[in-house]
Amino acid sequence: MYSEKVMDHFKNPRNMGEIENASGVGTVGNAKCGDIMRIFLDIDDNGIIQDVKFKTFGCGAAVATSSMATELVKGKNVQEALQVTNKAVMEALDGLPPVKVHCSLLAEEAIHAALWDYAEKNGIKIEGLEKPKNDISEGEEEEEY
Amino acid sequence: MGKMIYLDNAATTRTAPEVVEAMLPYFTEFYGNASTVYEFGGKSKEAIAKARETIANAIGAKDNEIYFTAGGSESDNWALKATAEAYKSKGKHIITSKIEHHAILHTCQWLEQQGYEVTYLDVDENGLVKLDELKKAIRPDTILISIMFANNEIGTIEPIAEIGKIAKEHDILFHTDAVQAFGQVPINVDEMNIDMLSTSGHKLNGPKGIGFLYIRKGVKIRSFVHGGAQERKRRAGTENVPGIVGFGKAVELAVSTMKERTDKEIELRDYLIDRVLKEVPFTRVNGDRKNRLPNNINFCFQFIEGESLLIMLDMKGICGSSGSACTSGSLDPSHVLLAIGLPHEIAHGSLRLTLGADTTKEDIDYTIDAIKDIVAQLREMSPLYEDYIKKHN
Repeated sequence: MYSEKVMDHFKNPRNMGEIENASGVGTVGNAKCGDIMRIFLDIDDNGIIQDVKFKTFGCGAAVATSSMATELVKGKNVQEALQVTNKAVMEALDGLPPVKVHCSLLAEEAIHAALWDYAEKNGIKIEGLEKPKNDISEGEEEEEY
Repeated sequence: MGKMIYLDNAATTRTAPEVVEAMLPYFTEFYGNASTVYEFGGKSKEAIAKARETIANAIGAKDNEIYFTAGGSESDNWALKATAEAYKSKGKHIITSKIEHHAILHTCQWLEQQGYEVTYLDVDENGLVKLDELKKAIRPDTILISIMFANNEIGTIEPIAEIGKIAKEHDILFHTDAVQAFGQVPINVDEMNIDMLSTSGHKLNGPKGIGFLYIRKGVKIRSFVHGGAQERKRRAGTENVPGIVGFGKAVELAVSTMKERTDKEIELRDYLIDRVLKEVPFTRVNGDRKNRLPNNINFCFQFIEGESLLIMLDMKGICGSSGSACTSGSLDPSHVLLAIGLPHEIAHGSLRLTLGADTTKEDIDYTIDAIKDIVAQLREMSPLYEDYIKKHN
């Protein structure tokens, strides 16, 4: 069902974890649909992404696209990171099954959400970056059982 | 392939070697058409009659009440559509439950498009149909009650005898999808007042592509597959002789080993459930703990998603299944888990393991260790778990 690349990134996810006091954090998706991605960015004074980490709740494709997206933006500047599309993530993974394409979109949105958070924290405007639609609210009601 | 622990016996089972052996002569040696006049074809006819008798005895039915089909889905479709057609002058109302297999639910939805009315009964938090709600749902135009014997996902065994009694008191036909229950729990169609019952061969170590519909004598439903005069003119098509012989053998084995096999499965099942509940935090077991199929285990692990869990189990050689959206091809998780009241995010983290006759204690211990490792690993990766821990520390 999945390509070898997808399986490799699922089995050995790159950059999994969190960054304390990150320059920007973005969380997209929702638990109801079964996918949530969170991206942490560490951006230096020159606007270069020095470090990136992710956490993901979701299927194999969700984990693999998060992992690949972090690889693609690491070491890039903000403008370059913005150009990393879901298509680029998919191509880098040698494709995804049609029902999993939304996972790659989520990965792109998670990067954008983290960049948006970085821009807001620093009072700057990133050319071409729009407020992410898919951002989940912090205080989402918690369901206990 | 390395080590494999197969814990998906509710999906399908290994065909028993004795079953294959019984079937083989009917491919190459006694391949005659059972409908022919010559003696050679008679061999096939005899074999079918023998299997039919074994199967009828297994559920307390008469031989001429067993109709072979291609499996569970066909049996379910036949029972519902043909009953609807035959009894429409009496009424157009059918009662079923929200946790039925899709072979029932999608057939009911199709019948609704044809002008029938269907009541989908709620179930309680363990998946049991509520008998008082069933009674309340009955109307003068109700022609059929169809409630599954046992649920395929969470293993809950429904109060079939009580439902049968209610149906009989109201003079309504009662059909049950017994695909998961047949061979695992004792069934008697007379004692339980069952009018129609669907089964499938490959769920009890028989071959795929064979099943039967039990139709009580006097129930006037007609043919669903038109053609030749096979199956007392109610199901046309040259008989699947090897399939029928294999099914008969599988039923013979399932009945003769039932007590011993299910006692062992129950012990392993409860051992696994109890240990996982104790050793993996934020875990719940789905389905009724007491009225439960001997081989069924179903958990939800909070903060993780089922497909990831399945892939990681597969990497350790363990075959299981999940009701998460990602495994169903839709955005919604299992309708059964939603019907027992679980929120979406919990339902996404489900795992079903179904034991077989060959499952060992060693397999179970290995599986428990694998589950503990994998769940911890996936939680480490989960933003939901991170949020929860931060909020509660």
